[in-house]
Amino acid sequence: MIPAAFEYYRPESLQDALSLLQTHGDDARVMAGGHSLIPMMKLRMAEVPHLIDLQAIADLRGIRVDGDTVSIGAMVTQHEVIESTDLLRAAPILREAALQIADPQVRYMGTIGGNVANGDPGNDMPGIMQCLGAEFSLIGPDGTRTVAARNFFEAAYMTARTDEEILTRITFPAHAGGFAYEKQKRKIGDYATAAAAVLLTKEGGTCATASIAMTNLSDVPVWSEAAAAALDGTACDSGAIAKAMAAMDGDIDPGEDNRGPVAFKRHVAGITLSRAITRAWSRA
Amino acid sequence: MNDLSPDRDDRIANLKGLGCSRKRVEDARFTQGKGNYVDDIKMPGMLHGDFVRSPYAHARVVSINIDAAMALDGVVAVLTAKDLEPLGLHWMPTLAGDKQMVLADGKVLFQGQEVAYVVARDRYVAADAVELVEVDYEELPVIVDPFKALEPGATVLREDLEGQTSGAHGERRHPNHIFLWEEGDKAATEAVLDEAEVVAEETIYYHRTHPCPLETCGCVASMDKVNGKLTLYGTFQAPHVVRTVASLLSGIEEHNIRVVSPDIGGGFGNKVGVYPGYVCSIVASIVTGKPVKWVEDRMENLMATAFARDYWMKGRISATKEGKITGLHCHVTADHGAFDACADPTKFPAGFFHICTGSYDIPVAYVGVDGVYTNKAPGGVAYRCSFRVTEAAYFIERMIEVLAQELNMDAAELRRINFIRKDQFPYHSALGWEYDSGDYHTAWDKALTAVNYDGLRAEQAERVEAFKRGETRKLMGIGLSFFTEIVGAGPVKNCDILGMGMFDSCEIRIHPTGSATARLGTISQGQGHATTFAQILASEIGISADSITIEEGDTDTAPYGLGTYGSRSTPVAGAATALAGRKIRAKAQMIAAYLLEVHDNDVEFDVDRFVVKGAPERFKTMKEIAYAAYNQAIPGLEPGLEAVSYYDPPNMTYPFGAYICVMDLDVDTGQTEIRQVYALDDCGTRINPMVIEGQVHGGLTEAYAIAMGQEIAYDEMGNCKTGTLMDFFLPTAVETPHYTTDFTETPSPHHPIGAKGVGESPNVGGVPMFSNAVHDAFRAFGLRQSHMPHDHWRIWRIAEGLGLHG
Ligand SMILES: Cc1cc2nc3c(=O)[nH]c(=O)nc-3n(C[C@H](O)[C@H](O)[C@H](O)COP(=O)(O)OP(=O)(O)OC[C@H]3O[C@@H](n4cnc5c(N)ncnc54)[C@H](O)[C@@H]3O)c2cc1C
Repeated sequence: MIPAAFEYYRPESLQDALSLLQTHGDDARVMAGGHSLIPMMKLRMAEVPHLIDLQAIADLRGIRVDGDTVSIGAMVTQHEVIESTDLLRAAPILREAALQIADPQVRYMGTIGGNVANGDPGNDMPGIMQCLGAEFSLIGPDGTRTVAARNFFEAAYMTARTDEEILTRITFPAHAGGFAYEKQKRKIGDYATAAAAVLLTKEGGTCATASIAMTNLSDVPVWSEAAAAALDGTACDSGAIAKAMAAMDGDIDPGEDNRGPVAFKRHVAGITLSRAITRAWSRA
Repeated sequence: MNDLSPDRDDRIANLKGLGCSRKRVEDARFTQGKGNYVDDIKMPGMLHGDFVRSPYAHARVVSINIDAAMALDGVVAVLTAKDLEPLGLHWMPTLAGDKQMVLADGKVLFQGQEVAYVVARDRYVAADAVELVEVDYEELPVIVDPFKALEPGATVLREDLEGQTSGAHGERRHPNHIFLWEEGDKAATEAVLDEAEVVAEETIYYHRTHPCPLETCGCVASMDKVNGKLTLYGTFQAPHVVRTVASLLSGIEEHNIRVVSPDIGGGFGNKVGVYPGYVCSIVASIVTGKPVKWVEDRMENLMATAFARDYWMKGRISATKEGKITGLHCHVTADHGAFDACADPTKFPAGFFHICTGSYDIPVAYVGVDGVYTNKAPGGVAYRCSFRVTEAAYFIERMIEVLAQELNMDAAELRRINFIRKDQFPYHSALGWEYDSGDYHTAWDKALTAVNYDGLRAEQAERVEAFKRGETRKLMGIGLSFFTEIVGAGPVKNCDILGMGMFDSCEIRIHPTGSATARLGTISQGQGHATTFAQILASEIGISADSITIEEGDTDTAPYGLGTYGSRSTPVAGAATALAGRKIRAKAQMIAAYLLEVHDNDVEFDVDRFVVKGAPERFKTMKEIAYAAYNQAIPGLEPGLEAVSYYDPPNMTYPFGAYICVMDLDVDTGQTEIRQVYALDDCGTRINPMVIEGQVHGGLTEAYAIAMGQEIAYDEMGNCKTGTLMDFFLPTAVETPHYTTDFTETPSPHHPIGAKGVGESPNVGGVPMFSNAVHDAFRAFGLRQSHMPHDHWRIWRIAEGLGLHG
C-alpha cells in the first residue's frame, strides 16, 4: 500500500495546471480530493509520476445558483454540497445523494468534479448528473467545450474528457417537483449494490415529466429514457412502476461481484427504482 | 491509638477492588493517540522489510531474479529460500506440528505466500524493490474445496510430505489429508442414532473469516552484534513463547533474547502464531547488524496471516418424541489451507471442538475431525474464542434449532428441557469435559422474561400472517442462543504449546511506601489488564488499585507465561495474581502481628489493614506494613515484600450465557435490521462490570460482522476476493446494533476468586444468535439451513429459493 514515487505540483491557476499536463503528457494526472486516485496509486493500479493537485485553483471552486441555472465548481467537495442551502433549494436531490456517499471523512475531501471525472461506475454523482441533464465544462489546450453528462461516460474509467483536459464546472437546470436517490449498499463506505435517481413532476394528478438514472448496474451510469417514458401520464401507480422497472431492466447490464450475482442485482435494481419512484411521487 | 476514619465503606471504595466499575487506566493514552505500538518504534539506522508475494494460489517457482531490485539505490538485501536454507530457516515449525515455508521453496501454495524478502533503507524503497523482483511461475492446478482435495487422484499439494502416511496427529489417508481426530464413543452413538425416535441431520458450514485486528502484524528485530543480544519488538499475543521459539530456531540462547510486546491494537488470535515476517526480520537483522522493521499492510494481513474457522460440520442429533436429546454425532471437514498452522494446544488438533455438546445433557456423542490441505492461506486460529469453541457453539446451536423444527417444537423450550441441571455440576460431558459450574435454567428464564419471549412469538406469528396477506415484505426473526464456553487453558497435564505447559504467572513487588508493581506472563491487546488485574490484587492485598502498576509483555522483566488468547488471562494469570497476592498477605500478617505485638493468629485482614481480633482500633495498614518490611529488622523474616506465583489450573472454567436478538428482514433486498439484542453473561465473579460490558459490546459486534457479512472468500483460481475493507466487512457505528447486557453470577468453584473469563463469550454466543435469527425468520416457510455470512444477496437467495418473490 505504498505508491511509487511521484512529483507533486500545486499550481495556482488553470493555465499552469494545463501547461503541466501538456509538459508531462501521459505521465501526469490531476488530483482533486484524491479519494479515488490515491487508493489506486497505493495499490499501484495507477502510476502517476507527475501529480498535479488542483486544490489551490480558486476558479474551480464555488456553488452558484443563478435564477434557474446551477453551476458547481469541479473542486466543490461533497461536504460543501451537503452544507449548501442554495443547492438544497435548487437541487435537493444532490444533498440526498451526497449524504449516501462514503462517510464524512471521505466527503470532506472528495469533490463533485473528481466523482464524475473518475468514470468509475460505482460513483454516485454520474447517474445524478445524467438524471439532472447536466453539462460538464472542460478546458484544454484548444480552449473550452461542454459535454452533456448523458454523453460523457464511455466505459469504466473512460470518459469523453481527453487526457489534457480539466473539468472546470458542472451546470444544470434547477429541478422542481419530486426527487429521490435510493441506494442499497452493504455498509457505510460501500459503493452501491444498486441505486436509482428519480426526478419527476406532477400535473393534474399525473406524471408530466420524469428522468431516471441507475448507478453501478453497468460499466457506465444508465440514464433510462424508456423507464421514464413508462411513467409519463400515469399516476405512478403500481402498474406504471412495474412498467418502468421492466423498461429499466432492459437498459442495465450488471456484473457479478462480491455484492451478489446478476439476478440479485437486477431484482434489487427494480426494488430501488420502485422505492425511488414512490418517494419522488410522494414529494411531487 | 489509631484513628478509625475513614470508615469501612469508604476504605472499600478507595480500594477499587473486585466489582468496581473502575475506568480503564489504559484509555488516557489511547484516546489521546499516545499509545506506543510496534510501528511507532524507530531505532537509529533501522532498515525496512517488505515481501514479494505470490499472485498465484498454486505454482512452481521456476526462477527468481533479484538483480534489478538489488540495483535500486537503498536496497540492502533480497532474501530468498536459497539464502535461508543454509541456516535451516527456509521452513519453520508450526504450532500444530506441521512445518511451513518461510519463503517459497520451489513452489507456492497460496495467493499472497511469501516468496522473497526485501530489506531497504526505507519503507518506500522496499516497496519499489518488491516490484523489481522478477519471479517466473509455472501455474499448477488449484484446489480450494477441501472435499475435492480428498478425492482420489487429486493434485498433491504438499509434495514435501510425499510418502508420509502419518503426521503429528496420526494417520494421513490421502496426500492432502492432515489428520483424523476423534473423541467420544462412535459405536454407541451410532447405535443410539439408529434406534432413535427422531433424528435431525444437517450440514452446518462455518465459513472462513479473519480476526482482522485494526493494527496489523509486525515486528522490529534488533541484533546487537557487540553484546550478542537480540531484541524483538512485535505484535505478539504470547511473547514468552515467541522468545522460546526464536531461541530454538536461531540457536541464540534464551537469556540473550528479549521479546517485547508493546501496546497491541487488537489480536483476536491473529497474533498468536509465528509468521515468516518475524523470521525474515530476525535473519535480516543478524545479517545486516541493523534493526529491521516489518509491518504488514491490511491486504497482507487479510490474505496471508492467520484466518479463522472454515469448518464443514455434518451433524446428526437424535431425540425422543418429547424432545429429550439422546445422542449427537458430528463429522467435520476442516480446511486448514496450505500448512497446518492452527494455534491449538499441541494435543488438540481440533482445539476444544468437543465442547460441541454445548449446554445440554447429551448422554452419548462422537466427534471426528478431518484436517485437509487446500490452496488457501494457513491459520485456523481462535478468533475471539477459545480454540474452535465458536465453531462448536455454532454447530450445536444450529442443530438445536434444526431439531426443534424436526420436532415441531419451540426452540426455547427444547433448550430448556435439555439443559444440564444445576444439581448436575460438576458435570461430565459425553466428550470428556468436566463443566465446573452453571445454572442454565435461571439464566435462560431471566433472558426469556427480559425480552418478553411469548410476546415476541405472538408478534412474529402476526407478521407471518400479514406477509402472507401481502401487507408487508418484512419478516421477523427471533435469534436464540445459549452457549457454554470452555476457557482458561489449561491444566498443564494436557495443555501445552510446543511443549510449554499452559500455566501462567504473576510476580508482585510491594514498594516501601505502599504502592506495588505486578508483572504477568500475559499481554493485553485491549482487554484492559492494567485495570482489572490491579483490581484483583487490590482486593487481595489491601492496596488501592490506583497504587498498583500492572506490567506485561517484556520477557526481560515479566515472569514466563503462555500469553493472552482463549480467554485465559483471568482464569490463569488472574488466578496467579490472586495467589501471589495471598503470599504477600501471609507475610504482611506476620509483620503486622510483630508490629502489634500479638500472635500471628490474633490479627485478621480487613480491607486495607490487619486488625487485632476484637480490637478494631488496634491495626496496621498495608502501607505501614510495607514500610516496616523494608525498614525494620523483623525476627525470623527476610526483608522486603515480594511474591511470585505460577498457576497451573486444575480445570478449565466454563462461562455461559443466554443471548436473544430480534431482527427484521426485507425479503426483497436481503437487508436486515437488528431491533434488539439482549445478552446475559455469566462469567462467574465479576471483576469490573464496565470492562465486562465493553468486552461484550466488542465481541457482539464481531459476532454480528461474522454472521452478517464478514468472510474470506476465494474464487476457483484461489484468488482471495476479500482482501480490502471495502469487501471484508467491519461494521461501523452505523451498522452496529444497540445492546442490552445482563448477568447472573455463578462463581467457578476451583478458581481462587471464582472468575471465569468473558472477553470471548459474546463472539461464541453472538454468532449463533444472529444466524439463528435469520433462519428463524424463514422457519414458517420451511427453511432448514442456509450458510453464513448472511449478507444481502444470500438472504435474497433464501427468499428466492422459498418462492417468496412471487
Ligand atoms: C472508503 C471510500 C468509500 C467511497 N464510497 C463512495 C461512494 O459510495 N460513492 C461514490 O460516489 N464515491 C465513493 N468514494 C469515492 C469518493 O467519493 C471520491 O472522493 C470520488 O470518487 C473522487 O473524488 P476526488 O475528488 O477524491 O477525486 P480524485 O481521487 O482526486 O480523482 C479521481 C479521478 O478524477 C480525475 N479528476 C479529478 N478532478 C478532475 C478534474 N477537475 N478534471 C479532470 N480530471 C479530474 C483524477 O485525475 C482521477 O483520475 C469512496 C471513496 C472511499 C475512499
